Amino acid sequence: MANSRQFCTFYLENYFFGIELRDVQEVLQQLELTGVPLAPHAVRGLMNLRGQIVMAVDLRRQLGLPERKADRPAMNVIVRTGEDLVSLLVDEIGDVVEASDESFELPPETLRGTVRSAIRGVHKLEKQLMHVLDTQRVCTVAEPPAPGPTAAER
Amino acid sequence: MSDEIVREFLVEGNENLDTLDRELIQLEKDPHNRATLASVFRTIHTIKGTCGFLGFAKLEAVAHVGENLLSKLRDGELVLNPKITTALLRMVDAVRQMLQSIEAIGNEGERDDEALILMLTRVAQGGSLEAVSVAAVPAAAHLTPHAAPKKEVKATPPAPNIKIQKKQVPLFVKVALGTNGVPPEPEKVPCVEKSEAPKIVPASRAGMSEGSIRVEVALLDKLMNLVGELVLARNQILQFSNAADDPAIVAPSHRLNLITTELQQGVMKTRMQPIGNVWSKFPRTVRDVATSCGKQVRIEMFGQETELDKTIIEAIKDPLTHLVRNSVDHGIERPEVRVAAGKRAEGCLTLRAYHQGGQVNIEISDDGAGLNQQKIRRKAVERGLLTAEMAAQLSEREILNLIFLPGFSTAEQITNVSGRGVGMDVVKTNIEKIGGTVEVLSTAGAGTTVKTKIPLTLAIIPGLVVRSGGERFVIPQASLIELVRIDGGPTLRGIETVHGAPVYRLRGRLLPLLYLDRELKICEPPVISAFEEDDVSNMVVLRADGREFGLIVDEIKDAEEIVVKPLDPQLKGLKAFAGATIMGDGLVALILDVPGLAQRAGIISESGERADAEMNTAVQENGAEKQAFLVFVGPDDARMAIPLHALARLEEFVASRVEQSGAECVIQYRGRILPLVYLSEALEERRQSSRNSRVGSTDAAANAGVIQVLVCNHDERAVGLVVERIVDIVEDRADVKSPATRKGVLYAAVIQERVTEVLDLDVILVGSAEQTHTLEREDELAPVGG
Repeated sequence: MANSRQFCTFYLENYFFGIELRDVQEVLQQLELTGVPLAPHAVRGLMNLRGQIVMAVDLRRQLGLPERKADRPAMNVIVRTGEDLVSLLVDEIGDVVEASDESFELPPETLRGTVRSAIRGVHKLEKQLMHVLDTQRVCTVAEPPAPGPTAAER
Repeated sequence: MSDEIVREFLVEGNENLDTLDRELIQLEKDPHNRATLASVFRTIHTIKGTCGFLGFAKLEAVAHVGENLLSKLRDGELVLNPKITTALLRMVDAVRQMLQSIEAIGNEGERDDEALILMLTRVAQGGSLEAVSVAAVPAAAHLTPHAAPKKEVKATPPAPNIKIQKKQVPLFVKVALGTNGVPPEPEKVPCVEKSEAPKIVPASRAGMSEGSIRVEVALLDKLMNLVGELVLARNQILQFSNAADDPAIVAPSHRLNLITTELQQGVMKTRMQPIGNVWSKFPRTVRDVATSCGKQVRIEMFGQETELDKTIIEAIKDPLTHLVRNSVDHGIERPEVRVAAGKRAEGCLTLRAYHQGGQVNIEISDDGAGLNQQKIRRKAVERGLLTAEMAAQLSEREILNLIFLPGFSTAEQITNVSGRGVGMDVVKTNIEKIGGTVEVLSTAGAGTTVKTKIPLTLAIIPGLVVRSGGERFVIPQASLIELVRIDGGPTLRGIETVHGAPVYRLRGRLLPLLYLDRELKICEPPVISAFEEDDVSNMVVLRADGREFGLIVDEIKDAEEIVVKPLDPQLKGLKAFAGATIMGDGLVALILDVPGLAQRAGIISESGERADAEMNTAVQENGAEKQAFLVFVGPDDARMAIPLHALARLEEFVASRVEQSGAECVIQYRGRILPLVYLSEALEERRQSSRNSRVGSTDAAANAGVIQVLVCNHDERAVGLVVERIVDIVEDRADVKSPATRKGVLYAAVIQERVTEVLDLDVILVGSAEQTHTLEREDELAPVGG
């Protein structure tokens, strides 16, 4: 009997994604965000999660997918990365799926670009393929642009 | 052997060692103080006894020879001299190292203390020829049972000496309840002979155990967080109840407000520790450094009881230690040099701490040679930190502050203490990290003072809420200087540009301007347009790194107490935000990082001239309370001032906007009617005032078409005081005073080395109060600068 893992699943632009359930703290409806000027593109803003300030990362932007339509509310998947919490914005939440390690396969070589580092691989489920995301990777936003010119002068 | 006991031993041991350091230094000055001697002996004895019980043999061996030496001192066989003190201090160091090792790996570690033991033994034998090393071992063995049992009966403590403990954190903060916090006295030793010591011990022990308990720091942190949440919830409820008119909600929320404030203060107080806790290590540091470089240094401390939040105490410990070492190593000269310069051979290092304006000032002064400006200038150029031309343009103060640049060191000779040029910049960075500032003042030949300003706490700070580009931001009050509303008008100067860079003339000085929305790139592409006539801009004057600049925002909202929450580590690199907070409506707002913004915009690294006045006041100031004044020119060119706290805003109005309402001059101001008091008139015989005298006396200003108005809060009303010209905001002690010579003046004082009349606003503004009592009350305006 092979090991199996549980995944919290969600949809983004008709793709089916999963993130390991042990990394997920909770799933929430859309919360109001405060934008962070100068922050990397994928950072949608900050939200107040019961007194804790949590950075919201738009997974569409993070995975290079087209922007979500303005009228379509996003869902928050709150994940733990070490000490911190990060909210991943997704389109729609799916079920919790249990998948055995046997069904896992690495992404095809033809998958390139930024997405490749974020997708660990796929699970061949009965109905469809589930993309398994690397929690740490999808929570890491690109380096912000270098600060003003003065840093070098000082 | 339970971990619990070991942990407790470590906590107590470390506290005892700190006491030892202090007491040994004290003892060196006063070798015959039997009480101190007995206390030192007891401390070492306790450590020795406990580690014997716990099986730390190496530690016990070292403590044992130390105890032997001390017993000779106590019995008067030996008299303490610097050599013995050094030996004892070295023993304390060895014990401390072993305790650290026990904490880290559970045992004393691989070490060889033969040399130390030999030295201690030899020193002990110096006074008498009696061999001590072997004879006393059995004594130790029979003593341990006395010391040990106390450790085991934790569940039923003899006195209300409650110890709250949890697993992970072996750090404690002591909470003093009522009685003054006496440092924990070492345990009573069962075999102390008849001396004054036994009498002292029970008294201070009782004082400690009755009045204080130990509380885990983590618990206090949690309480602090909860209170932070409560403050936020309170803010939300207040917002709601302010909108509602129902007394059923207004009254309880008012009470909630008061209780929350008090609770917040109370919890913050539990985390407060006197700065003396950090300073207590300095006599030892000073002694060590002074001895190693052949100097004589005395240390004096003032304001040890000044309290700071524990996290801040932790954060400033290292920077302060470095500054103290630096002062002894570089600041104070060798005795022969001092004597040649006509000073006492013994140098003096002064530590001073005091509260001022919601911050704590800490000053470290030495009476040494002072900083050599030429040398600093030359060194800075040599090290390539700046070009010779740049160096030549710097003001005195800027040159002195070059020592805070990375890679700077003027020590002729690199010592093992300091002088590798990795110190001062780290000091500055660490102090700025917690929102503090540091600067150095020095007079050649007379000494150097390093002044640091530190916020009281990091968790909850007063902030000013502003809006820019549709977003809310919070500016920490600590970097705020004043608020200026720039009104467009035909005769008023607004924002000007220097080759495209926006500036504003504030009382005769050019202030560089930043547009917050452009800096943060939250607006349309930046177009620096010419100032348009009907533009109204809100400017927040900020100070970062000693440099002032104006920040233009769309809207200035309220001042609020905010709870600082950390940002995601990934956003810290932006250098624009110091943190975030949750506002009354439950949404997140970013806290601006003022030094970071200034750095992004290049303001901090610019060099320019600084007002000499600023320098002068800074130098003459010497620890006494300074007061902030607004200095202005009154009628007949008289130099006058009012205390800054009485001032709400400074405004310029076109003279033609002044209207007449009954016998009063008024002006429409921010949607209200602001009564105006002409100073020229108020200072004369007020009762005989007529419209003629009023017009006549303000001719000069009226001709210019502009009047300068100080908007003051008086008796909860806003009143405009019309003056001739505003000079500046200054901080001064104003300690040379003479009684007033005319009505309406409180006293005359020397402010910035010029005689200045300080106005009695109660007398001057009362005239308008009588006349306007029928008018609607003005809303209170937020005072400038907090």
